[in-house]
Amino acid sequence: MKDGLRRSLLVLSPWLALVAVWYAVRLSGLVNPALVPAPHAVAARFADLLWNQGLLTDVAVSTRRVFVGVAVGIALAVPVGFLIGWFRAARQFADPVVNFFRALPPIALIPLVIVYFGVDEPAKIVILIYASFFSGVIVMMEGVAQTNPLFVRVAHTLGATPTEVFGRVIVPLTVPHILTALRVALGVSWATLVASELVAAQRGLGSMIQNASTYFLLDVIYVGIICIGLVALLMDLALRRLSARFLAWQERAGS
Amino acid sequence: MSASGLPRVRFDHVTLAFDTPKGLLPVVEDVSYDIREGDFVAVIGPSGCGKTTMMNMLAGFQAPTAGRVLLDGRPVTGPGPDRGVMFQEYGVFPWLTVEENIAFGLTLKANRVPARERAEICRRYLDLMGLAAFAQSYPKHLSGGMRQRLALARAYAVRPQFLLMDEPFGALDAQTRSNMQNLLLEILAVERKTVMLITHSVEEAIYLASRIVIVTARPARVREIVEVPFGYPRDEAIHERPEFGELRSHIRDLVMDEYRAQQGQVRPVSFSE
Repeated sequence: MKDGLRRSLLVLSPWLALVAVWYAVRLSGLVNPALVPAPHAVAARFADLLWNQGLLTDVAVSTRRVFVGVAVGIALAVPVGFLIGWFRAARQFADPVVNFFRALPPIALIPLVIVYFGVDEPAKIVILIYASFFSGVIVMMEGVAQTNPLFVRVAHTLGATPTEVFGRVIVPLTVPHILTALRVALGVSWATLVASELVAAQRGLGSMIQNASTYFLLDVIYVGIICIGLVALLMDLALRRLSARFLAWQERAGS
Repeated sequence: MSASGLPRVRFDHVTLAFDTPKGLLPVVEDVSYDIREGDFVAVIGPSGCGKTTMMNMLAGFQAPTAGRVLLDGRPVTGPGPDRGVMFQEYGVFPWLTVEENIAFGLTLKANRVPARERAEICRRYLDLMGLAAFAQSYPKHLSGGMRQRLALARAYAVRPQFLLMDEPFGALDAQTRSNMQNLLLEILAVERKTVMLITHSVEEAIYLASRIVIVTARPARVREIVEVPFGYPRDEAIHERPEFGELRSHIRDLVMDEYRAQQGQVRPVSFSE
């Protein structure tokens, strides 16, 4: 019981510190108070948006976009990254291409996406798929390329067929990279969300922030940012839970 | 064990050369010797001389560029469960528990057995290797010696006729190494295999093997083959026998000679006692 209390204090303390710093900045007089809404004002706005303006719809719309974008992006990135990582020849010509596209900020592609995909839902999803695919493909590629060939050898000496080597050795060794790719893609996708919702979105956290900035509603912007951070954090936590469950065998520092 | 069995393995004028930008680099050159049924052959030579390559050809990982490696009269075409292999880096599957590692080979098409039999075989080797308490643990919780015992159990589980070992105890501390040597002798006494052991420890070769092939600095050629004058079972006491000492200084002289020949060619190496 006491341990539980100490733990929650430990988890809460950086957040409390953050709020304290926030107040400190606002009260210090160093910044124009009009430019920094107080935490309690943001909290009030949060409640207002939640009860009266359908904040949950925005959260749901954005989450769904990120979810679809990451799911499709990673579903493509896993086989592609695997092939590039596994075959050295493929890696040699694919590596620069992949890095070229990964280096392009998705925002820079928005005008093109509008031209080719219009301004509706597909356009936003396409940007998120793009962002997840290239961040995921790199992780898969690098991870698979580092697969220890010893395990494959051992399986062969025990009589494994190529199919068995793939299913019983390569797949289990690839799972950690898939989970890492998911985590990285989730992070990148939330970062790209606002950009994707610049494309004439009606709802969503990104468009909420975008609209709020037009009317200089700083507190709404803060609420939007906090929501994005929170949902991203929750998704990451869920994924980490999943990793801990599936990857109990992995050697880790501190375990 | 006697060294009078039928020849099972024949290295027949085997050469293996790597194609490098600077031309062909021979690693093994014109090697010929037999391994007979029940033999325990230790191959010893300076580090980096190509003795592992010799084992890899028998295991089926590499093909000779000239000559033939024959297994019961037929050229080796690839790895198979008739030849169990142990590596210095253990190679235990980290994503499987100890028990699942042992069972792995038995779940493959090549040597599938019913679940009940599989469980019995696992139990047997868990006990023999002293791993019963760790059956459900992942390898990350095992020490080096235990990982190597697990690798041995996993190799034995599919009932190979041959055991090929590439410096299997090289990464272990002296005490663990000596325990592993004794464990290997014990299990071989219970379940005989024809063994090829790659090592650079002279004492390990004499203590374990029935015959020792001493190979030259790279490219590896056969320098000399010596019969070990001790039968099985053996125990630590043979280390004190005068013949042991004589054999040790003879082999050590040969190996040191080759080591000196190799210096300047490759990185220096320390010989373990």
